Amino acid sequence: MRHIVSKMIAVCGILWGITTVAAPFGDPDKGEVIFKKCISCHAVGTNARHKVGPQLNGIFGRKMGTADGYTRYSKGLIRAGRDGQIWDYDRLDAYLENPKSLVSDTRMNFRGIADENDRHHVIAYLRSFSDSPANIPEAAPTADAEEITLPANILSLIGDPEYGEYLGSECKTCHQENGADQGIPSITGWPERDFVIAMHAYKEKIRAHPVMQMMAGRLSNEEIAALAAYFAKK
Amino acid sequence: MTISRRGFITSTAAASAMAAPMLRAAGKPRVVVIGGGAGGATAARYIAKDSKGAIDVTLVEPTRSYYTCFFSNLYIGGFRSIDSIAHSYGTLASQYGINVVHDWAVGIDRDARTVILAGGAVLPYDRLVLSPGIDFVDGAVPGWDVTAQNKMPHAYKAGSQSELLAAQISAMPKGGVFALIAPPNPYRCPPGPYERVSMVAHKLRAENPTAKILVVDPKPKFSKQGLFEEGWQRHYGGMIERIGPDFGGDNVSVDPDAMTVSIDGSVEKVDACNVIPAMKAGRICDIAGITEGNWAPVSGHTMQSRLDENIHVLGDACAQGDMPKSGFSANSQAKVAAMAIRGALTGSKVFPAKFSNTCWSLIDTDDGVKVGASYQATDEKIAKVDGFVSQTGEDAALRKATYEESIGWYAGITADMFG
Repeated sequence: MRHIVSKMIAVCGILWGITTVAAPFGDPDKGEVIFKKCISCHAVGTNARHKVGPQLNGIFGRKMGTADGYTRYSKGLIRAGRDGQIWDYDRLDAYLENPKSLVSDTRMNFRGIADENDRHHVIAYLRSFSDSPANIPEAAPTADAEEITLPANILSLIGDPEYGEYLGSECKTCHQENGADQGIPSITGWPERDFVIAMHAYKEKIRAHPVMQMMAGRLSNEEIAALAAYFAKK
Repeated sequence: MTISRRGFITSTAAASAMAAPMLRAAGKPRVVVIGGGAGGATAARYIAKDSKGAIDVTLVEPTRSYYTCFFSNLYIGGFRSIDSIAHSYGTLASQYGINVVHDWAVGIDRDARTVILAGGAVLPYDRLVLSPGIDFVDGAVPGWDVTAQNKMPHAYKAGSQSELLAAQISAMPKGGVFALIAPPNPYRCPPGPYERVSMVAHKLRAENPTAKILVVDPKPKFSKQGLFEEGWQRHYGGMIERIGPDFGGDNVSVDPDAMTVSIDGSVEKVDACNVIPAMKAGRICDIAGITEGNWAPVSGHTMQSRLDENIHVLGDACAQGDMPKSGFSANSQAKVAAMAIRGALTGSKVFPAKFSNTCWSLIDTDDGVKVGASYQATDEKIAKVDGFVSQTGEDAALRKATYEESIGWYAGITADMFG
């Protein structure tokens, strides 16, 4: 029931003045499933924190590039916010379809969701975290959902940034030192925890990319920690 | 390494130690890098960057504009402009303080530890990095030598040769024949000739769809063979014919004046011909006396020559073990050498050598494939640890993503080389 109400709010409040064609309703429950593609970088829900990407509570109506305390925005996203652009239904839809078509220098390395209905489901799901706080507890919190559960002794390793600098020279054949993303994602300035989780997800072949599975596969826990420590400070 | 060689190196080092104080008048250790490609430019940049001015770095490279061999096939296919694969050395000089000298190295005195340039200058070094790429083996394809390279281009050193080949393909008569003579192993960029065939086919399909492509190959098998053959069938059905050694592909000669190719005695008239002869280390390695056969053997731990510990050899020119001769490999080896050189000259920390390589190839628009592996140094060689290759039958979205990734890699590695 809550979802139907929120869908109505979404359509009436956000779309009415913008377009005469009513956008199809999304299903937040389906959206929650599709959103699993996003959780390696984005948290939403109770206690959501910034990960590689910003947390997404309250994204509807927020100026672009302005999530409190998030520091990794591309220049293009910051500029869009400065120009007064806000995340509304149409912009989120365009961004989810092809992030780079809306913000050419975005650091969100995501191929996009081609299926229009799937995008609407995800937007409906995000919408449910953008109402008054009273709505939020009804949804299952996803803030703690991570791709791989790592034991505390791996997560608490303190990496040696000097070793990370040498090991990281191998990463820089593809990933640019200045954080630019021209087809291969930026890996600079990530929270160390997220870097460690991502690398272990490749190492355990939970993430699919064959080059990264190979690169991560031969790194020890200490070496992953060293890389995380080094790139966090770039 | 044999006892006698070790003795030779020791006595060389002792002899040059007397001259060393004079050469090191500035007080800073000196590194000279010969060759400004994926190995040399990367090594120069990492040594300069990471030593923070403690090492004096000179880079000797004849060309002012460097055209990357990787992605030059995409220029031939019309996917890149020639300018987009050209790079200058300005940032290495201005941001990293590297002394960039545009000249040819023509001599190396290993006892005095000096490099002699064609212009007459003499550069002293404490460590020398040789990354000269490849030269061609004389007489490898009977009838062809470098004086024939305007009639039958190799286009295996990028730049004017790439432009010439592209122009000759465009000038072919309707329904004409393009021949590519593939090299024997080992050679620069194992998938390179076959990516080139794909790019030529892409160009001909648009400009001259009844043209034929003849690939004459001395090797029974080649890199990513299944992927290329599947792609050729799918995109260019009937246009490409490959003649392997079972049909005489290993017995080929050319006549550049008559524009003919003789395959096992049978003479074919062709309209454009790309001869990629057998390769050897860039000639400066021979001049330095550090080659055995066609290549310069090195230790995988440091990329030091097995014949002179003051010389490191990178990339295509070295014989190291399992890594393919590629720009990615050279870049990877350069970082190991840079770390070892800084360690030897300034006492900085040295970590165990790790290497990796990935080669992307484009078969047609948005149809990219890749092969890669990781490596480690053993006392004997650089040894493969793990690897992967694209699969036949992959979906279009994955192939497109692979191509887009290769564009990102190009941006990444060129930034890593040239700053």
